[in-house]
Amino acid sequence: MFGILGKSLSTGIVTTTYPATPPEISIHARGRPEIDWANWKDARPAAAICPTGAISHEDDGATRKARLDLGKCVFCGLCADVDKAIRMTSDGRCAARKRDDLLTSASYSLKPDGTHGGLLSPLSKSQGENDRLPVSQRESIETLGGKLKERATKIFGRSLHIREVDAGSCNGCEIEIINLNSPVYDAERFGVHFVASPRHADMLLVTGPVARNMELALRKTYDATPEPRLVVAVGACGCSGGIFGVNYATRGGVDQVIPVDLYIPGCPPNPVMILDGLLRLLGRIDTSF
Amino acid sequence: MNILPSLQPILNELTQRFGNRIEAVHAPRPNEVYVHAQTDLAPGITAQLYRHFEARLVSFFADDAREKDRTFHLYYVFALDAEGGFIILRVPISPEKPEFTSVTNAVHAVDWQEREVQDMFGLKPLWHPNPRRCALHDDWPDVHPLRKDFDLRTVLPAFKGERHNFKTVEGEGVFQVPVGPVHAGIIEPGHFLFSVAGEPVLYLQLRMFYVHKGTEKLFENLPLPHCVRLAESISGDSSFAHATAFCHAVERVAGVEAPPRARFLRSICLELERIYNHIGDIGAICTDVAFVTVHMHCLRLRERVLRLNEQLTGNRLLRGMACLGGVRLDFDAAQVEALSCLLAELRPELESVLMLIDKSPSTLDRFKNTGVLKPSVARDLGVVGLAGRASGFDHDLRRDFPHAAYDRVQVNVPVYQVGDVEHRLRVRIDEVWESLSLIEQFVSKLPAGPLRTEIGDLPEDASALGYVEGWRGEIFHWIRTGPGNRLARCKIKDPSLQNWPALSEAIIGNIIPDFPVVNKSFNLSYSGNDR
Repeated sequence: MFGILGKSLSTGIVTTTYPATPPEISIHARGRPEIDWANWKDARPAAAICPTGAISHEDDGATRKARLDLGKCVFCGLCADVDKAIRMTSDGRCAARKRDDLLTSASYSLKPDGTHGGLLSPLSKSQGENDRLPVSQRESIETLGGKLKERATKIFGRSLHIREVDAGSCNGCEIEIINLNSPVYDAERFGVHFVASPRHADMLLVTGPVARNMELALRKTYDATPEPRLVVAVGACGCSGGIFGVNYATRGGVDQVIPVDLYIPGCPPNPVMILDGLLRLLGRIDTSF
Repeated sequence: MNILPSLQPILNELTQRFGNRIEAVHAPRPNEVYVHAQTDLAPGITAQLYRHFEARLVSFFADDAREKDRTFHLYYVFALDAEGGFIILRVPISPEKPEFTSVTNAVHAVDWQEREVQDMFGLKPLWHPNPRRCALHDDWPDVHPLRKDFDLRTVLPAFKGERHNFKTVEGEGVFQVPVGPVHAGIIEPGHFLFSVAGEPVLYLQLRMFYVHKGTEKLFENLPLPHCVRLAESISGDSSFAHATAFCHAVERVAGVEAPPRARFLRSICLELERIYNHIGDIGAICTDVAFVTVHMHCLRLRERVLRLNEQLTGNRLLRGMACLGGVRLDFDAAQVEALSCLLAELRPELESVLMLIDKSPSTLDRFKNTGVLKPSVARDLGVVGLAGRASGFDHDLRRDFPHAAYDRVQVNVPVYQVGDVEHRLRVRIDEVWESLSLIEQFVSKLPAGPLRTEIGDLPEDASALGYVEGWRGEIFHWIRTGPGNRLARCKIKDPSLQNWPALSEAIIGNIIPDFPVVNKSFNLSYSGNDR
């Protein structure tokens, strides 16, 4: 008893100061890739090496449409190894409310050798107003945390209850979601609480490409969740099917089976990325309910 | 032909006994010998190897070779731990007569694998004690996805057909408790049906393969480098081990070896994976008997290892580190220093946290004699890895089949005979200490040099077995190459596939409230099992 107390006291507080301060992420960490669209010379090597098709291109005569889909990206950084126009940032926070918000594309004129002549049209991206801004200019997460509390108080009482559903994940996302409950990330600080049954839940946190064998269970879990309910797709597989895509045994991303309110990319997204996504989503409830 | 000398006497006896019905023996690698035999020989050779030479049947799978050889092949992979070699028996199965004699009655370890072959290839195991579907649930149409004439992207019709009929236990006061596939905790999906009379469990039926994702078929459809990333997604908690086992298989096919520095870095990453998982499990086992304080300390310590992983490899689960022919990223001096620092800090921290368990008699009381897996049962089911070692099964590929840089260190393998939750916990604790010491040795001996060897073009229609001792147990990847640097088949064997049936045995006689802790003490992967 005294031993337990002594150990806890001598350990002290280990909870991260995030979101009051920037997250503690190693400079070696691989977050989302950033493409220097204006100076991108050739999309082909990066597209060829990308394991999930997150970087892709379509050629039509003398023009090429090149595309980056963060919903498919596993942040492996192989593209940055072969293409100087691509840089891996250490920050992976890029949750979006709409699937399209994770897509960025640009059109190029093509030279005879297949490299890009020049950017034809400005970048087309239906990016959300907030998440294209540099981190420093974004709406402060702290305010959002405040908003969450405000909204959670209004809609869900003093807490947001989450049921996690693994619909086919490799268990990588589960490792990081469990970490939200660790003393280091401590999601309960924000009134975010994981519950045992969909009947008690306000939100489903769904991982994995939806496996054919889990489709029915996912639909039933969704139906068992009382309204208003939110669905969050976690990880590259949850957002788009990831490296598994759509095949005889999987249905692809979560939104192929049930409606999704938030996409949190990553493979797996680290706890900060998940927390950031959840907090930002709860800022949105103002307008949609 | 260069064959490991220790395997020669066994091969001699097999050829003597079965004569010219063994069609060919060849050894592409000294410790990997293929025996091609006639179909009806499979049970006999299996019995001979299993009973007489104490070989373990570590993997059983089929391969569709109709295009080239006009036949299916069945492969039986035997590990001979004392001899340090693998004997792989191959027998043909005619497409006109798609059936084979089941060996499950003699070697229970292949029960699920034979049923999987039935589902995926449509080859029927004759005299199998429980020949029901497993990988494709009952409401699937009649398809066999791993046959070559089945396309990966096939869109199957909506669910139809019967639901699974669970076996129920009948009797006065007996009732059934269904659990899953969506569980109460943050874990993967699977269905457990408990039959109970009062508190004690009479029978537990497992229903798995909810997260079957067509992974093996997908390997046949992806370019080789992408397969490494796919291997990382077989089981997230064993990302590096699976990816390394896959790379190992490809390197063996190509006849190259990763350079020394890469082998050392691989070993370090494998041990880091072991440490973070074991620490997490130690805490999770404690939380399942309501000792949450230890769980919180363990999550805190695991977080430190995950952050170190990120610092070393750019990803907290060590993803993106593995590559064909070696490793992708080097550790610079500062990173090695950070690694050493964390190891030094982990020791006293772990010691004080583990002390909390040892000083809590009520916690230990819940662990003792709970979920006992007897050594004899473990042997019958071929239980591998840490669960096997807690039940008297003295095997560890790091010691018996040294891969990566494990030939450069001495690996001490903890083995206990009791097989209860406490001893699965003890094995983890011992292994964490051993891993810390192994990493120190690897760091002190870390050689300089290149990080990868060129793989070059792979020979066509060649096969190889890659293996790695992951934190949970032994992982095998068997590949056969096709034309154009593609794979014609990749068989993934995660230790979970072998160990899940053991959970059914271990829980019998225990009470349902102890199921979470027993389950956690095995901590098997659903995704690795279902693929």
